[in-house]
Amino acid sequence: MTQLALVIDLNVCVGCHACVTNCKQWNTSGAAGALVDCNPYEAEPNGTFFNRVQTFEVGSFPNTETVHFPKSCLHCEDPACVPVCPTGASYKRKEDGIVLVDYDKCIGCKYCSWACPYGVREFDEQRKVMTKCTLCVDRIYDESLPEERRKPSCVLACPPGARLFGDVHDPDSEVSVAIRERGGYQLMPEAGTNPANHYLPRRKTVIPVRAEELYRSDNPHKIDGAPFDKNLPPTTEELN
Amino acid sequence: MRPAFSVLFLTTLIGAGQGLFITLFFCELLAGATLGSGFFVGGAVLVLVFSSLGGISSVFHLGHPERAWRAMTMWRTSWLAREGIALPAFMAAVFAYGLAHWLNLGHTLAIGTVGVVLAIVLFVCTGMIYGAIKVLKEWAHPLTIVNFIVLGCASGTTLAAAYASFTGPVLAGSLAQAALSLTVLGVLTRAASLWRNATLRPVSTLQTAIGIRHPRIVQKSQGAMGGSYNTREFFHGKSPAFVRGVLLTMLLGAFVLPLLLVLSLPLLAFIVQYLGLLAERWYFFAEAQHPQNLYYQTVG
Repeated sequence: MTQLALVIDLNVCVGCHACVTNCKQWNTSGAAGALVDCNPYEAEPNGTFFNRVQTFEVGSFPNTETVHFPKSCLHCEDPACVPVCPTGASYKRKEDGIVLVDYDKCIGCKYCSWACPYGVREFDEQRKVMTKCTLCVDRIYDESLPEERRKPSCVLACPPGARLFGDVHDPDSEVSVAIRERGGYQLMPEAGTNPANHYLPRRKTVIPVRAEELYRSDNPHKIDGAPFDKNLPPTTEELN
Repeated sequence: MRPAFSVLFLTTLIGAGQGLFITLFFCELLAGATLGSGFFVGGAVLVLVFSSLGGISSVFHLGHPERAWRAMTMWRTSWLAREGIALPAFMAAVFAYGLAHWLNLGHTLAIGTVGVVLAIVLFVCTGMIYGAIKVLKEWAHPLTIVNFIVLGCASGTTLAAAYASFTGPVLAGSLAQAALSLTVLGVLTRAASLWRNATLRPVSTLQTAIGIRHPRIVQKSQGAMGGSYNTREFFHGKSPAFVRGVLLTMLLGAFVLPLLLVLSLPLLAFIVQYLGLLAERWYFFAEAQHPQNLYYQTVG
């Protein structure tokens, strides 16, 4: 069974919000109608977005790291939002695992958004229905697009390539390999929702340089008892 | 959570109606001979008025009320759909009960039994709408359902005492006593949930929310300056002093004052208790801490 999902590499995300704006652009121009903007040019502008980039600071100064954290619907494998829907407007597609809202059936009771622990559903104040990330279902199957463009807009927009898209149930897909080999994890595992989207953790790039790699035992200088070259760079041990 | 006013009115109004109907049934069961059928017809009308007002106010919660009929379709999984079926079913039973009394058709106790079962089913459905949301730990507990039943019955019995004081004085005293006992029971069950919620430790933390194992994580930006649905729907947006004021209003209005008033002025006791229960329902929403709020701590 296919389960399409995003894998977001927090080690790569630079927090540029390109995914946010491209998501908004694609989804506000689609066949489903515009995503409302309230007061777009006034104080307190706000509107409906399917994707946001948040920023967190981890650690205490001076040992801090800035983590940019994109958040959109995680297309959970056990979605809390679907069974609570009284009309069946919220549903999870069997063929590809995408969680969607049928805007023509939604009565706008907001119950699904209460059940979702992640706060990734947004009520559209103009259309009066619940909206959410569709994984760009209206473009990933669009055969009029070249195959490499059949991806969610956020993935296409990401300049450093922090967002991967694919089938997390296929063990050989790019996303499954990334989850398996780069420590992919789910958000709020305690909620029991089994999110399909995964995040790849921050990594420190360390190149260990051992002393014997710099000062080879068979170094002719050493063999001859000649003094070490003082201009050699320090080893990792010396630095620490 | 932000208290949704249409839902506050819905749950308090239908709760009073259901409680009144259960009381009417027991009045007929225990002292039916001493009361005329007019008492039950009027009572059933009162129940229908309260449940209709509740139903009407619930419509204001919906973005698309014209599609409300769809809300009955997913009864296999959704407690909201089950409530959408149980409310009209209960009202139909009450209508049949009133009609049977009015036209002297008989079988009133049988119809009443069906109505009482449906009233309890409706209480459970209403409570489970909140109790079934696993991520809201304050709500996901049997006490939520118990409180909906006990407080609804207390309110309905106080209403019955007020109603009887005008139409069936023989029962007014005993109904006021019953209302007193149920309100005392309500004090106990609501205090239990207040204590539980005050001592509840959140399961989700910022660490599990973004998946980073570090004791010190601070949000620097939530991704939008002007607020969003996330900042509107899941915060009550009031000061701690205001919330304490609502709690005090709830304790005085729903419990202390009705206990003092119900034996002497049952109608006033019902009105005060109804307002107190509105405060109770407001506080019920406000005390629920949604885990999504972890993502919305700092504007930017």
